Amino acid sequence: MLKTINCTINGKVMELQVDVRESLLDMLRNRLHLTGTKQGCGVGECGACAVLIDGQTLDSCIYLAVWADGKDVVTIEGLTGTDGSLSDLQQNFVDKGAIQCGFCTPGFVVSATALLDKKPNPTKAEIRRGLSGNLCRCTGYTKILDAVEATAEQRRNK
Amino acid sequence: MYQINGYFEASTIKEAIDYLVGNENSQVIAGGTDVLIKTRERKSGYTDKDLVGIMRIPVLKGINLDDDGNILIGSTTTFTEVEEDEIIQRNIPSLAAACGSVGGPQIRNIGTIGGNVANGATSADSASTLFAMDAVICLEGPEGKREIPIKEFYLGPGKVAMNKGELMTHIKILKENFMCFKGHYIKFSQRKAMDIATLGCSIMVKTTGNKIDELKIAYGVAGPTPIRATEAEAIAKGMEITTENLDLIGEKCLENASARDSWRASKAFRQQLIRELPKRAIKIALGGGE
Amino acid sequence: MEHKVIGKSVERWDAIAKVTGRANYTGDIPQKELLYGKICRAKIAHGRVKNMDISEALKVPGVVKILTPDDVPEISFPTAGHPYSLDPKFADVADRRILTRNVRLYGDEIAAVIAESELAAEIAVSKIKVEYEEYEFYLTPEEALKEGAVEIHEGTKNIIADTTLEIGDLDSGFKEADIIIEDICATPIVQHCQMENQIAYAYKDVDNRWVCVSSTQIPHIVRRVLGQAFGMPWGRFRVIKPFIGGGFGNKQDIVVEPLAVAMSMAVGGKAVMLDLHREEVFAWTRVRHAISYKIKMGFTNDGIITALDIDAISNNGAYASHGHSIVSKGSGIVTAIYKVPNYRYRGRTVYTNTAAAGAMRAYGTPQITYALETFMNKFSIMTGIDQFELRAKNFTKVNDENPVLHMTQHSMSLRECLDKGRQIFNWDEKRKSIDESKDSDFVRGLGMAAFAYTSGAYPKTMEIAGCRLVLNQDGSIKMMMGATEIGQGADTVFSQMVADTVGIPFEWVIADAVTDTDIAPFDTGAYASRQTFVSGMAVKKAAVELKEKILEASYHFSKKTNKVTVDDMDIVDGNIIQKHDGQIIESLGDLALKTYYNMHEGHCLTADVSNRCTKNAYPYGVTLAEVEVDKKTGKVEVLSILNVHDSGKIINPLLASGQVEGGMAQGLGYGLSEELKYDEKTGKPLNNNLLDYKMPTFMDIPDLGVSFVEIDDPVGPYGNKSLGEPPLCSPAPALRNAIIDALGIYVKDIPVTPQKIIEALSENREV
Repeated sequence: MLKTINCTINGKVMELQVDVRESLLDMLRNRLHLTGTKQGCGVGECGACAVLIDGQTLDSCIYLAVWADGKDVVTIEGLTGTDGSLSDLQQNFVDKGAIQCGFCTPGFVVSATALLDKKPNPTKAEIRRGLSGNLCRCTGYTKILDAVEATAEQRRNK
Repeated sequence: MYQINGYFEASTIKEAIDYLVGNENSQVIAGGTDVLIKTRERKSGYTDKDLVGIMRIPVLKGINLDDDGNILIGSTTTFTEVEEDEIIQRNIPSLAAACGSVGGPQIRNIGTIGGNVANGATSADSASTLFAMDAVICLEGPEGKREIPIKEFYLGPGKVAMNKGELMTHIKILKENFMCFKGHYIKFSQRKAMDIATLGCSIMVKTTGNKIDELKIAYGVAGPTPIRATEAEAIAKGMEITTENLDLIGEKCLENASARDSWRASKAFRQQLIRELPKRAIKIALGGGE
Repeated sequence: MEHKVIGKSVERWDAIAKVTGRANYTGDIPQKELLYGKICRAKIAHGRVKNMDISEALKVPGVVKILTPDDVPEISFPTAGHPYSLDPKFADVADRRILTRNVRLYGDEIAAVIAESELAAEIAVSKIKVEYEEYEFYLTPEEALKEGAVEIHEGTKNIIADTTLEIGDLDSGFKEADIIIEDICATPIVQHCQMENQIAYAYKDVDNRWVCVSSTQIPHIVRRVLGQAFGMPWGRFRVIKPFIGGGFGNKQDIVVEPLAVAMSMAVGGKAVMLDLHREEVFAWTRVRHAISYKIKMGFTNDGIITALDIDAISNNGAYASHGHSIVSKGSGIVTAIYKVPNYRYRGRTVYTNTAAAGAMRAYGTPQITYALETFMNKFSIMTGIDQFELRAKNFTKVNDENPVLHMTQHSMSLRECLDKGRQIFNWDEKRKSIDESKDSDFVRGLGMAAFAYTSGAYPKTMEIAGCRLVLNQDGSIKMMMGATEIGQGADTVFSQMVADTVGIPFEWVIADAVTDTDIAPFDTGAYASRQTFVSGMAVKKAAVELKEKILEASYHFSKKTNKVTVDDMDIVDGNIIQKHDGQIIESLGDLALKTYYNMHEGHCLTADVSNRCTKNAYPYGVTLAEVEVDKKTGKVEVLSILNVHDSGKIINPLLASGQVEGGMAQGLGYGLSEELKYDEKTGKPLNNNLLDYKMPTFMDIPDLGVSFVEIDDPVGPYGNKSLGEPPLCSPAPALRNAIIDALGIYVKDIPVTPQKIIEALSENREV
C-alpha cells in the first residue's frame, strides 16, 4: 500500500510515495540514500538511527515513514553545512576524540544537537541522561561527554 | 519493513472509531514503541494488521485541568510532554518522574502515556503512579463514552478492559487524589536508562505533623498487573512515622504482592525490594532525601 | 628519528567522514541490484532436522530461492580468525557447515531464504515447516560432561581439548606454603555488542571470481576460509572490508561470509546481502567463553606464592570457533604477571548447546584475571597484607622468562602503575574516609586488581604483517596495510609512524578505510592487540626502506652538483636536507617528480614489506575502584574508577585514552551487569537484545580515570606495547573486590548483580 507524503528533509521540501510498511529509516537509507543514519537494533534500543523530527530526537527505525507527512526531518547529513563544514558540535566530536568505530556517531550527534537546543547549559548528569537513548560500545561515553560539554561552553563564551 | 497490511491516519476520534468498528483487522497504533516492536517480532495478532494512527487527533493530546480541578491527560500525550508539563510538575511530580524514567529520550519523545497503560504491562512505569492516584481511564467507543477506574481496567498480563472499537481518550486524576498528597516514584532497574523496572513503587502520602493520614502504595512487577498494597495502606492510617512503623508498612506490603521467580529476578529479591522501596519513597516524598 | 607526531594526539584521519555520516559501512554502499538473505533457525536446542517443508515459503511473493543443507557443499570448515596452521595437529577444529541438519543450539542455521526484499525473506522463513528429532541439551559444561551425555559433535565426548601444564613441583610447593586457600569462581557468557551487526554481501565479479564485502576484522583469513568452505582455490575469492562499526573479536571469526557467497552462487552471481538482526548477533554469532575455575593457592606467611593449582572449565558452546586457545591463553597470563614456582594449569574446553564462544577483547584474560585477582584479594583480607604490596612481592621482573610462553620481558612497570594509581586515586585518603562510613545502608568500599597481557599472538601462532608504501608524485605517501582498521584508530597510528620514520608531515600519509585482499599486503588482521606492535614493525621496516630509497635517489639525482653523501642526508618536514647544517637540498615533491619522470632513470619508489614478528612484549596495568553499595537493594554505584597502564610508549594519547575508556566501560558491564542467559526448559536465549542484555548506558558509566606509565619497551617498534584489549582485563575483579570490601561478605561470581548481593547478604557469606 502506497501513500503520498509531503515533508521537509534536510531543508528540502519533498513529495514522496512511501510504502506504509516502511520505517522512516528504510525510507531515508534505501530511497533517499541518506546512509549516515544507521541501523543498530531495529527496535529503538540503541539510537544509531536517531534523526530530528520537528527538532526532537527520535529513533527512525520505529517511526513509520508515513508519519513523516508534514514533518521537518533532519538527518546527520542535514547537520553538516552545505559546503561540508562541520557544526561546532561535530567539530568537538572530532577534536575531543569522541569517535572510534563511528557507527553510533551520527545518532549521538543528532541526539546531542537536540539536547543542546533544549538545554544550552547542561550539567554532566543532564548530558548523560539526554544521551542515554544512544548506545556506544567503543568510547565508554567519556569523550562524547567532553565534546558536548565543550560545545556548550564555547557557545556560552560566544 | 514491517509486516503491515494497511495504514489509516485518523484525524478525529469518530474517524478512528468508525474505522475500528468497520474493519475486523484493525489495530490502533499511537507512538509505535510497543506495536511496531511486536509486529517486528511477528507476535501473534500483530502482523498483517490495518493500523489506525491516532497521533494526529488533537483532542487526545495535552494536559488540562477541568472545572473541578481534576487533571485530564490526553492519551497520546508523550512521556516527554507529561514529564515537562507544568500542571503535572506542580501537582503530581511523581508522575513526571515516572514518565521521565521510561527508556531514553527518543522513546519518551514518541511513546505515549495512553499506550503505556493500554498495553496492560505490569512493568509500565506510569501505571503504578496512576494506580496510586486511583486514576480513571476515559474511553470512547461506538456506544459512547465511559469511565473506568484503573484498577478495573487491568484484567491480566497484557489484557485491559477495552472493547473492540474503543479508544482511550484520557486519563483522569481526581483532585482529591492528589491535592494535599506528596508522592514519589522509585524505579528499580539494572540500568539507569533504557530499562524495564525490576520493580516499580509509587506512593502518595498525606500527613499531619508526623502522622500518616492517608497512604497509597502501588507497585509495578509485584504481580501480573500493577497492584495496590491495600493491607499496608490500611495499617498505615494514623501511624506515627518512625523507622519501626515504616518497617511494619514495608513488611505488610508483601501481603498484596505476588512477585514470582523469573529469569529477570528472583521472587526473594523482588520481595526485598517490595519491602524496602515504599519506605524510601515515603521518606523521600516527605523530604527526607535518598 | 625525531618524534614529531608519535606521542601526539593527532586527529584520526577518518573522523570527519564519520562525524558527517559520509563514511560508508558495508550496508551503506550503493547497489544497482540487491537480493536479501535471511536464515531459517532451528527452534530446538539439540537434535536433527528430520524433514523440512519449504512449499509454503516458496509461495511468498518476492522469494527467489530457498537453500537447505542439500544445496550447499558438504564440507566442514573452521571459523576462527587464526593464521593457517601448516601442522594439522594445531589446525583449528573444522566443525562448521554453511547450513546444518544437525541442530547444535537453539537457532542453529538450517536453511536460508533469498528474496527481493528483506521482509519477503523474513515472511518466508516464518513459513518454513520443520520436523525435528530432539535430543537432550546441555547449557553448561558440567551437564555436557556427565556420563552418557549425547555428543554434540560425534566422537568428541563433548570435549574439544583437555590439557594440563605443569611447572615445578606442585606438592612440594604446597608443603612450603604456610597458608593455602581453595575456592571456586565463575565468569558469565557475555557478548561483544559492537554497534554494527554482522553484515556481508557477495556477488560474482567481472572476472568470474566471488567477491564478498564484509564487516570483518580479518579479510585475508576470510578469503582463506571461503576457499576451504567451498573446496575451491582461495584465489577464487576476494574479500573487501569497508569501514567497520566495531568488532571486539566478534568479527575475528567467519560467521556470515560463506552463506552470503553460497546465496550469491545460488542466484547466478547476483549480489545477495546477509544483514543479521541484533537478536541474531547476540545469540548466533560469537560470545565470550564462560569459564569456571577451581583454584588452590599456597602462600608463605609473608605473602609469597609457593604453589598454584588451577582447574579451568571453559564453555565453548555449540561450535569450536577459537576453542581451546582461550582457556589456554590464561595459563601463560598467570605467569606473565606473577612468579609461580610450582604451578599446574588444567584447561578443559567443552561443547555445550549454547552460542559458540570465540574471540572477544582480551581473549580469555578477563576470565583468568578475575579468578586470580579475587584470590589475591582473599589472601590480602585473610592476612591483612596490603593489597598493593602483596601483588608487588609476587610480580615478575624484567628479564624473567615466562615459563609457559618462554618469552623474556624487557620492560615491566607494574610496580610504577600501582604507585601512580594509589597516589592519583587518593587510595589511602579514601580508605580513611570509608572506614568511617560503615554504619548506614549505603556502604563504600575500595578494590583493586592488576593484569598482564600480550602484544600479538607470538609464540602461540606465527605473526606476519604487511605494509606497502608508495611515494606519490607530490611527495605524499600512500600507505597500504593488510592490518584492519576497525575503529581503534590503527590507520591513524600507522600514519603517525610513517610520518615520523620517513620525515614528512602527518597529513602527507594517505590511509584507506578499505582493506581489499586483492590489493592490501598480507596481514592476518585486527586481533590480539597486534596492530601497533606487530603491524607497526612492518610499517617501520617499510618506512625505513622507503626513506633509504628516497635518500639514495636524491643523492643519485643531485650528486653531480652536490657533494653531500647519503650518510649526511635526512628528511625533515618533507624536505631532503643535509644533516650537518640543516640546509634543504630539495623538497620531497621535487625529488618525487624526478623519480617518476626522469627520461632515463625514472622509477617509482615503493617499499613493500612482509614482516614476521618473533617477539612479544607484555603490557601491564591496574584498576582501582571505589563503590557505594546499597545494602537494602544491592544496588552498586561506582563512585570512581581508574586504570593505569604500562603499554610502553603511547603513540597517540587521545586515541589511547579512548581505547582505555571503552575497555573500562566494557569491564564495568562485565563485572556488574552483563550476562547472556538461556531458558533451562528450552535452551532458548532469553535476553538476546539490547534491552534485556544489560550493556551499560551513558548514565551507567561514571567519570573514567585513565593514566599511563610511559617507559619505552626495547622490543616494540616505537617503544610501544599493546593497548587495545588490556583495558578491560582488570575492572571486573577490582569492582568485585570493592564490593566485598564495602559489605564484608563474599561474592564469588560475576556479574555482581543486586540480586547476588542481596542473596549473599541474607546468607551472610563470610569472605
